[in-house]
Amino acid sequence: MISLTVNGKAYELDIEPETPLLWVIRDEIGLTGTKYGCGIAQCGACTVHVDGEAVRSCGLQVGDAAGKAITTIEGLSPDTKHPVQQAWLAEDVPQCGYCQSGQIMAAVAFLKEHPSPTDADIDDNLTNICRCGTYVRIRRAIHRAAALMKA
Amino acid sequence: MNQTITLSRRQFVAASLTAAGGLAISVNFADAATIGATPYGEDTAPNEINAFLAIEPDGTIMFRSPHAEMGQGAITALPMIVAEELECDWARIKVEYASPSRNMREKMVYGDMVTAGSRGVRMSWRMLQQAGASARVRLVAAAAKRWGVAEGECEAANSKVTHKASGRSLDYAALVADAATITLAAEPAIKTPAQFKLIGQSLPRLDTPLKINGAAKFALDTRLPDMVYAAINACPVMGGTLMSVDDAPVKGRRGVIQVVKLPDAVAVVADRYWRAKEALAQLKPEWDTGAAGKTDSAQFAKLYRDTLEGPMASARNDGDVVAAFARAQSTGGKIVEALYEAPHAAHAQMEPLNATARFDGDRLEVWLGTQIQMGALRLAAATSGLKPEQITIHNCFLGGGFGRRGNNDELRHAILVAKAAGKPVKLVWSREEDMTHDRYRPQAAVRLKTALDKDGMPVAFDARIAVGSIQRDSGSGNTPNGLEPQAIEGIANTNYRIPNLRVGAMLRNTHIKVGFWRSVGSSQNAFFMESYIDELAHAAGKDPYRFRRALLAHRGDFIRVIDTIAEKGDWGKPLPAGHGRGIAIHECYDTIIGQVAEVSVDKQGNVRVHRVVAAVDCSTVVNPKIVEAQIEGGIIYGLSAALYGDITVKDGAVEQENFDTYPMVRLADAPKIEVHLALTPGKRWGGIGEPGTAPTAPAVANAIFAATGVRLRKMPLKDANLGGRA
Repeated sequence: MISLTVNGKAYELDIEPETPLLWVIRDEIGLTGTKYGCGIAQCGACTVHVDGEAVRSCGLQVGDAAGKAITTIEGLSPDTKHPVQQAWLAEDVPQCGYCQSGQIMAAVAFLKEHPSPTDADIDDNLTNICRCGTYVRIRRAIHRAAALMKA
Repeated sequence: MNQTITLSRRQFVAASLTAAGGLAISVNFADAATIGATPYGEDTAPNEINAFLAIEPDGTIMFRSPHAEMGQGAITALPMIVAEELECDWARIKVEYASPSRNMREKMVYGDMVTAGSRGVRMSWRMLQQAGASARVRLVAAAAKRWGVAEGECEAANSKVTHKASGRSLDYAALVADAATITLAAEPAIKTPAQFKLIGQSLPRLDTPLKINGAAKFALDTRLPDMVYAAINACPVMGGTLMSVDDAPVKGRRGVIQVVKLPDAVAVVADRYWRAKEALAQLKPEWDTGAAGKTDSAQFAKLYRDTLEGPMASARNDGDVVAAFARAQSTGGKIVEALYEAPHAAHAQMEPLNATARFDGDRLEVWLGTQIQMGALRLAAATSGLKPEQITIHNCFLGGGFGRRGNNDELRHAILVAKAAGKPVKLVWSREEDMTHDRYRPQAAVRLKTALDKDGMPVAFDARIAVGSIQRDSGSGNTPNGLEPQAIEGIANTNYRIPNLRVGAMLRNTHIKVGFWRSVGSSQNAFFMESYIDELAHAAGKDPYRFRRALLAHRGDFIRVIDTIAEKGDWGKPLPAGHGRGIAIHECYDTIIGQVAEVSVDKQGNVRVHRVVAAVDCSTVVNPKIVEAQIEGGIIYGLSAALYGDITVKDGAVEQENFDTYPMVRLADAPKIEVHLALTPGKRWGGIGEPGTAPTAPAVANAIFAATGVRLRKMPLKDANLGGRA
């Protein structure tokens, strides 16, 4: 049995420890906001927080996540009021929306480390793929979120 | 644990604004009992006024969208068109997908329901305006009848009908039952653009609230009671067949239920997707790949180049090209000839193809993301052997489409595997499966030849095009006279005024299936044409912007677009060493789009695109903010293909399997983008999903030429050796 804490809730799972955390979150726990995009930690659609750090959950075995605090997009805020979500809303960032859970989770973790990010900081740290090409708005929303978090 | 989430068709997309202006999300999670009660979803409602509109007792306006939402903003822009006529309270609009089953029953009341070819607004605007106007007029008639007054004394506004003289008013919700019984002698006139109040506003997208907290449901998020999962490998060589596979390696593996053999594929069904995927990797299927198994990209490139030397079908023949070339040569003119090439490109939409299928007695339900709902219904019928009326299609939010979800190969697999499994099956193509079994942008080669007169202006133009046929591979086979619009668009219908102009094409297909890829033929043809026009300008010693302008002088709309990008894009202004600007303009899907790209090339030959300035003329704009977003996204999509997009084939199989070998533009590579509207009022409601992609590759290639003097005639541009050239 593997003990896992997801969005503050404890789970005991009878599952192979090498299962990628992504599929545990989606298919065992039933939280589908975390997406499968590539399975090789290239695209970031599966980004979640593990002990506060952004992690591509397709590349992390659930056995290595045991005992750690995992946060998914569903657990980011109870009311979609996290400043990053509000910035995403204000900039109307998403198009198809499939990658956006991962983009938001990556941005939240990034802003903790870079509360006043420059464009270069964004370029150096945020590498999630968006095929709809919402990058212009993601960049604007990150700057907006940084301002909101200081307000 | 394992909560079962099943959403009805209605619940998938419903999103609304609250009266206070906040955003409410109306996604309900039904339990298993509810599923049993309403197994196939509803496609009519008691409070409907016509097929597009229902008005609930609480005043909610439920709009049924005939087009799918795949990021292009359909479920915001389309209800705006209806609401414009309905005179309803926008804050009370909700959206669900129209039902393809009802569309079939009711003689295509929703039109063709195709979400491709940038046709949501472009093709459906009149139908939607009419639906809204018809509903409004009948609501007014119902109120007038109830009050015993003339219709002309009543006014509809903000979801209410008001009798001006007496001050009486009734909410639409109170009138909908009466209105639904009223038949109009003639459909009412619809508004003209000058009368629009809602259309033209940058209203927030209705789906954004669902897409920032994980609530939006994509096909991959489907969960049904007793559902099992399937992973699949199709023959790596398209068109190949499964000869045999030994299922011993997966027998007894945890969770594995069965191995399903299909003519072209092998699938593993398990209680979890990961277990199915891991088990599948243990199998060693034997494939019959036939002659296709010996092909590669170099052979294909030769095929298309060789085709240029053979016979062509005539796509256009103005004047006398042969005589004009001869005359130019004998009068001090100049001949400019060039060969251009483009490789296959993958869609690589973020959500890999997947579908869920559930048989229940003589009925079949499927959940997927499709751009062609009627086509999906037909495919489901053909695959299952059931009649279309026995089948329900649940379309979900599409995790990217770009044309890929116009051929639902995944649906066929899901139905066949569910039939074999005797249980509801969610079948998921891995990213590797998705990338190696795409319906790729066709490979192409073109030879372009032009005679410039002694003043440097083109007098004769001869284009020969060799390209894969999309129509053949998509099953329509509709290639009259050996041509299809997708092969020749952007060249045969060029707007450059050249008196003698000839375009020929020859369609050549290989076993690599080709399909509709964002901007379709315009993707490669705009690269060819707009790079080549740039060559002509330089050969003539003219400024590329001025040269184009002279050839487009008869088109005021083009002039407005090209002047806008030249001005806003700082055309002709000084740049640092190693930097260059390139310009391109193109028309497709009833929209004119121009772009100026600014790039730099460093000493090692690395290209960086710093800025793209775009101007767009779609004539009528429903939502400027969505137009801007679509052009931004189109540019990024075009840039990924221009710089990196290269699907290659070895031993008959596609070599690129994932984003590590098929790279994408990411945030750090994304240029600054400015989008300007340069509208020429008129009857066009130009498409907006695709045009942004077309001019990006040539604008960037032309900018690289400006920076380095190197003319790039082949995509992707990353393959060019630009070291030491800037």
